[in-house]
Amino acid sequence: MLIVPQRVQSRAVTSSSPPRAGVLALQGAYQAHARVLSALGCEVVEVQRPAQLEGLRLLCMPGGESTTMSLLLSSSGLREPLRQAIAAGLPVLATCAGAILLAQRLEGDSGSLKVEPLGLLDLTVDRNAYGRQNESFEAGLEIDWTGLPGSSAGGTQLFHAVFIRAPRFQLPGAQVRVLASFQPAGAAAAEPVLVRQGNIIAAAFHPELSGDDRIHRAALGLRPADF
Amino acid sequence: MNEASVNGSGPVSGSFAVKIGLAEMLRNGVIMDVTNPEQAVIAEQAGAVAVMALERVPADIRAQGGIARMSDPAMIREIMGAVSIPVMAKCRIGHFVEAQILEAIGVDFIDESEVLTPADETNHVWKHDFKAPFVCGCRDLGEALRRIGEGAAMLRTKGEAGTGNIVEAVRHMRTVQNGIKRLGTLGREELMREARDLGAPFDLVQWVAEHGKLPVPNFAAGGVATPADAALMMQLGAETVFVGSGIFKSEDPAPRARAVVQAVLNFKDPKALADISAGLGEPMRGKDIASMPQEERMAARGW
Repeated sequence: MLIVPQRVQSRAVTSSSPPRAGVLALQGAYQAHARVLSALGCEVVEVQRPAQLEGLRLLCMPGGESTTMSLLLSSSGLREPLRQAIAAGLPVLATCAGAILLAQRLEGDSGSLKVEPLGLLDLTVDRNAYGRQNESFEAGLEIDWTGLPGSSAGGTQLFHAVFIRAPRFQLPGAQVRVLASFQPAGAAAAEPVLVRQGNIIAAAFHPELSGDDRIHRAALGLRPADF
Repeated sequence: MNEASVNGSGPVSGSFAVKIGLAEMLRNGVIMDVTNPEQAVIAEQAGAVAVMALERVPADIRAQGGIARMSDPAMIREIMGAVSIPVMAKCRIGHFVEAQILEAIGVDFIDESEVLTPADETNHVWKHDFKAPFVCGCRDLGEALRRIGEGAAMLRTKGEAGTGNIVEAVRHMRTVQNGIKRLGTLGREELMREARDLGAPFDLVQWVAEHGKLPVPNFAAGGVATPADAALMMQLGAETVFVGSGIFKSEDPAPRARAVVQAVLNFKDPKALADISAGLGEPMRGKDIASMPQEERMAARGW
């Protein structure tokens, strides 16, 4: 199974048809991402099989249960094609469990079923480290839009972020740019909650639930040629 | 949404957006009833998105009779310690102190459930008072909107729990969907009367008429026993499936649990469903509901 980034790019640049964006549709809040992408004029593909990765301008990896998604990545045969496609430059917006699936290092994976991450994002992700649902929260975030495509469109308005049993991002590698941080109660310092590494944007929170499409718009501006 | 309270100030927890957020994360999955850590582990390893911790599955509550109450907090904590996925637990209808206890334990979702013996035949819990999100059962649109009005962040069909019989869950899902479709056909001037007939809050009736859907996710529950049952409920519009007695009252729970998870992923693919359904052993025996006396029906509890 070959995913050729050049084809992705040529389709995006030369075709007048709407950009094709995928949502990883194994489990979780993928319809929420699909709604945002549709409203932005995308043709949305629910990705459940390797062939559906072809011709995508962007793939959203949604929130949900990372254990379930990791298991279904393997049973659906998507795991290796997805890893190869992202490694070859497929632009990705990963939120919450999606970010867990991309991580190179996992902490706090305390259940009876372990997540097998794809190991593409140079970050330590601590699962459910903000706590259980009682500790889920909303907060306004300042985002450094200069680290994203179309930076001028971001503006200065805080981003209303919803964190649900969220993972904590730690020890970002040299290639990882931190775009927003948040200081949890009891933490010594602010920690990354929105990062970018080349073709990957990863959020510990859920931009698809905010009614604010700025992060999705920026993600649609990612090009395989940019990195 | 608490936009005003968020911008420019500290974090806010327990808001309605945060409650619905977890319901959204549980979509397109399977939530399994479990009665001990061993079953919770089987559920997690099969790919469940959450477990419901309870002392007796509905089929046993039905068989054994007596008063069914909130489970022992020690047992719920053990299950919370055994798995990393969200853990839900049930309180009796109207029993807000059981709900307070479940919130104090830190369960991720509280099910105000007709499967337990109701504590209040007039009032449900005022769920807005809680940081923990609630799921409630419904049989029709009016009941769904009353529960949302009280603060439920997720709904499920009541079905008829512990029967292994999908007929009531199908009825309830279709009735809710038809109620939503009907609202879409009405003029604005007709909505007040519809709200009166549904016995539902007027603002929520207006919201559903405008958006063509419920403001919170609606899951299927009550009588799911096979992968085909789960896929049926998904095709009828359920956003996730609860399986109560159907897994651990079957002959061979682990393969059945895995099969139901696969069936929800492949719910539109009959060929895949054929493979998934093959060789699973006996499902739970089940019960005919038509011949069941009215007082044995759990769905009639609550209003």
